[in-house]
Amino acid sequence: MNNISLNVLNGNGAATEPLNVNDCLLQLYEEHYELEDYQKGVPRWCTGCGDNAILTAVQRLCRDEALPPEKTVFVSGIGCSSRLPHYMNTYGFHSLHGRALPVAEGIRLARPDLKVFVNMGDGDCCSIGAAHWIHAIRYNMNMTAMLHDNNIYGLTKKQASPTSPIGLKTNTTPRGSYLDALNPLTVTLGVSNVSFVAQVVDWIPKLLYQTIQAAYHHKGFAFIRVIQRCPEWLPTHMEAYMQDPTRVLLLHHENGLHVDDELAKRYTKMQEHDPSDINRAREIASGSDPIPVGILYRNDEVPCYEDVRFDSRLRTTSLVKNGLEAEFDKFTIWPDGHAHVSRN
Amino acid sequence: MMEVEELTKVKKEKTNGHGVPATGMGPSAYMGKVTRLNEHLVEIISDSGEGAQKCGQSFGSIVAQMGLGVWTTEIIPAEIRPPARSVAGASGNRIRFGSKRVTNGGNETDLVIAFNEQVLLGRVRSKELKPGCTILLESMWRDDKRVAKSYTDAVEQLISAGYKVYEIPMDKECRKIVSDPRKGKNMFALGVLCGLYSLDLQSARDQVVLTFGKKAAKVIESNIALLDAGYAWADANLDFKYEIPAEKSTEPQIVVNGNTALALGVLASGMEICAMYPITPATSASHYLSDAFEEVGGIVHQAEDEIAACCFAIGASYAGKCTVTITSGPGYSLKQEAIGLAVMGEIPLVVVNVMRGGPSTGQPTKTEQGDLMTTIFGSHGDAPKVVIAPATIEDCFYSMITARKIAETFNMVVVILTDANLASSQQPFKRPVFDEGWLAPPIDQSAIPPGAKPYDWDPKTGLARRFIPGQPGGMHTLTGLAHDENSHVAYDPEINQRSMRARSLKLATLQKTLNPPPIFGDPTGDMLVIGWGSTKGAIEEAVELLRQEGKKVSSLHLTFIQPLPPGIKEILAGFKKCITIENNWSDSPNDEMIDGSNRRYSALAILLRSRYLVDIDCWSECRGTPLKPNTVRRVIEEAMA
Repeated sequence: MNNISLNVLNGNGAATEPLNVNDCLLQLYEEHYELEDYQKGVPRWCTGCGDNAILTAVQRLCRDEALPPEKTVFVSGIGCSSRLPHYMNTYGFHSLHGRALPVAEGIRLARPDLKVFVNMGDGDCCSIGAAHWIHAIRYNMNMTAMLHDNNIYGLTKKQASPTSPIGLKTNTTPRGSYLDALNPLTVTLGVSNVSFVAQVVDWIPKLLYQTIQAAYHHKGFAFIRVIQRCPEWLPTHMEAYMQDPTRVLLLHHENGLHVDDELAKRYTKMQEHDPSDINRAREIASGSDPIPVGILYRNDEVPCYEDVRFDSRLRTTSLVKNGLEAEFDKFTIWPDGHAHVSRN
Repeated sequence: MMEVEELTKVKKEKTNGHGVPATGMGPSAYMGKVTRLNEHLVEIISDSGEGAQKCGQSFGSIVAQMGLGVWTTEIIPAEIRPPARSVAGASGNRIRFGSKRVTNGGNETDLVIAFNEQVLLGRVRSKELKPGCTILLESMWRDDKRVAKSYTDAVEQLISAGYKVYEIPMDKECRKIVSDPRKGKNMFALGVLCGLYSLDLQSARDQVVLTFGKKAAKVIESNIALLDAGYAWADANLDFKYEIPAEKSTEPQIVVNGNTALALGVLASGMEICAMYPITPATSASHYLSDAFEEVGGIVHQAEDEIAACCFAIGASYAGKCTVTITSGPGYSLKQEAIGLAVMGEIPLVVVNVMRGGPSTGQPTKTEQGDLMTTIFGSHGDAPKVVIAPATIEDCFYSMITARKIAETFNMVVVILTDANLASSQQPFKRPVFDEGWLAPPIDQSAIPPGAKPYDWDPKTGLARRFIPGQPGGMHTLTGLAHDENSHVAYDPEINQRSMRARSLKLATLQKTLNPPPIFGDPTGDMLVIGWGSTKGAIEEAVELLRQEGKKVSSLHLTFIQPLPPGIKEILAGFKKCITIENNWSDSPNDEMIDGSNRRYSALAILLRSRYLVDIDCWSECRGTPLKPNTVRRVIEEAMA
């Protein structure tokens, strides 16, 4: 569990110098966590499933950011990917198909002290829960939302999803899916108040981690589409992209992802992209081959709904009592027969 | 039932109570006949947007101020702006007021003030007016060539049908004060009514100040001038007046409608988040709450849809702040899956369903009690939840406090079932005295002891301690999947049986804490009438009248419907016959195709018949209007015959 608890002010637990008030407001204990502090159970995903890579990345993130497990909540919908909270030793909420976002929003509004992560599949986010997705972007509440997009319904056994490419043969489209795929990036970038959009693939763990980390540090609704493999139903679907590094386009920028030498050696197709440029972001987002990977858009200035709505007044008994009495006054008939008009 | 006494009023120095008007007018100059009444039912109707509703509400507040008992009912068209002068477009308010406490909207209207003859005809056709009642009708249409014929025809028809029609030149009189009588005619009408019922003019003026309190002084002045003019016009031009003696309350009273009472209950319960989506007739609760939360601290979250509103509330409740979501039938149907999640995860949640006519879009502005079954049995699988049905405006307030407490004590979903009747009716009740115990305790953030489980179901009661995010050592993943004591997904047959049992047992545990419901009337007799929700006032009024005539009838009104309180079987045993009277659907045994093998009973009757194995009869109607005491009385008489 928590291996070390260091008293920053004094190793012996007693103050040697008089404290000033400001010091007392600092976090007294610095927590250190190991990976196992965030691990729970044995994931029941298929070997080679992209969900495993995402789980590893978020566990590493929690450790590196020293997130107290009791102050961290992973919220999910329904589907293979939505099992993720069960494998995290944090608080978790495995909700309803499509409804992870409104649940997460409720948590966030009630408890700004909690760190909130959301994991959804492509059916979850882009189909049954699409209304919530659009509005979550607009609310811009501070959370990290991961779209585990494998282009297929996994748990219900291979039906077409909104992100299935045209022509994909599935159990509901035996002669190939009929419509062009929905592009989650262009949709997200088209909604007012969008503040963070990134895309990454499950087979480059270093970038997956970096992207999730950048999303975590963003203040607002950070949306990451993770393109992932489904070895069970679409075992060769991503094969060509994995084999040919030039089919991945790395976006880099001083305000975006940093591509190290090792990555640069393999992924030669790179482009400098300033994440503050939303028009360019939309252009890049509309391309799917090569797959753009990196931070497409980031704007830290967009107000968060919880900040706009949060009432900082301490809700004391007397505040409620006085407020309630004032409300009663508005509707009260007093025994002396006259409304106390002046009380308002 | 109406005691009428005619008095000749001598010119008085004072009007009523403390009646020396502060400004403007002298004492009443009226020298005509004054009829003393026990109670009266007045309605004021206009096209939408002409202010009849505001006039009616103000009149209700003034009579309450005078110490009279009152119940106001809104008349709401389905559209925001139905075509002007249309039969279906009547908008307004019915005010039943009397010397004693008034518990329901009453029977047919005694006196109506109408802004045009078309909305009036609509009310005549829907049989809401007492035959031969008094009609005060705006006369401006007589001079409007386009409609003069329809107007004069209607007046002639009404007179020949026996109505007492008085034409009032409201438009003309108002033009002496304001340029646009459409904005202000309602205050003139209010003045006429106050004059007719010998109400204290100064109290009426105070009410106008309250009503327009946020507007400019000039607006208030002109509205007071209109009120005064209406009052004076009635004195000078009408040859009748009424007086209803008031029995003043010695305690401060609150006058609000059921939706505002619910919202005040939310404040008083300590809940600080309400997640909702606009739906008639529930939304006004959230309107009021949005404003009040600005003072008390709290948030109304208007979600993107009903499902999101419910899930948002569940998320906030899970995180430690028990939250309410307020809706009506169609929205309730949409929330059902999410309500099942809260049941499965044992998350405290308060859901309000302000019932309207169903199924489907049904009758959005009309009242019905059609959602009892879907509330109790709704959401797939066995989803036990608590269902409370307030019977009065006051109940709306207190049920919210009770609901929050039950939700958090039992980690359950509590549904409050009100209806359009309660939502928009006003009835004074004793001003509540604040109690700290109403409020939610602070969120528990203490460490969870090692080894404690998130669903450590007590084998006797089914109760388990809830772990709230932030509590060290309490980390677990809440899930809507079947789960064991550790909240681990489990498909083991024994575990599922055990967890279903625990969730169900909580209802029995709650039931053990409830008291048997009180009987209205004697504990034994020939007939027991059973009701629930907003019909209480009408049922008890009818039962009281029948009892005065010597009939051996009593009534029982249920507030807790799930779980049903103890003692009901014993109560039923005291009566030869039992019948539920409800505002929802049941087949009539008189229909040719209906017999004992296919008759569909009304909701409460089904519940009671199945639970107590007693042959309880039922009567119900789905007219979209509140039950009238006269109707209830006739039904009881027929059932007893």
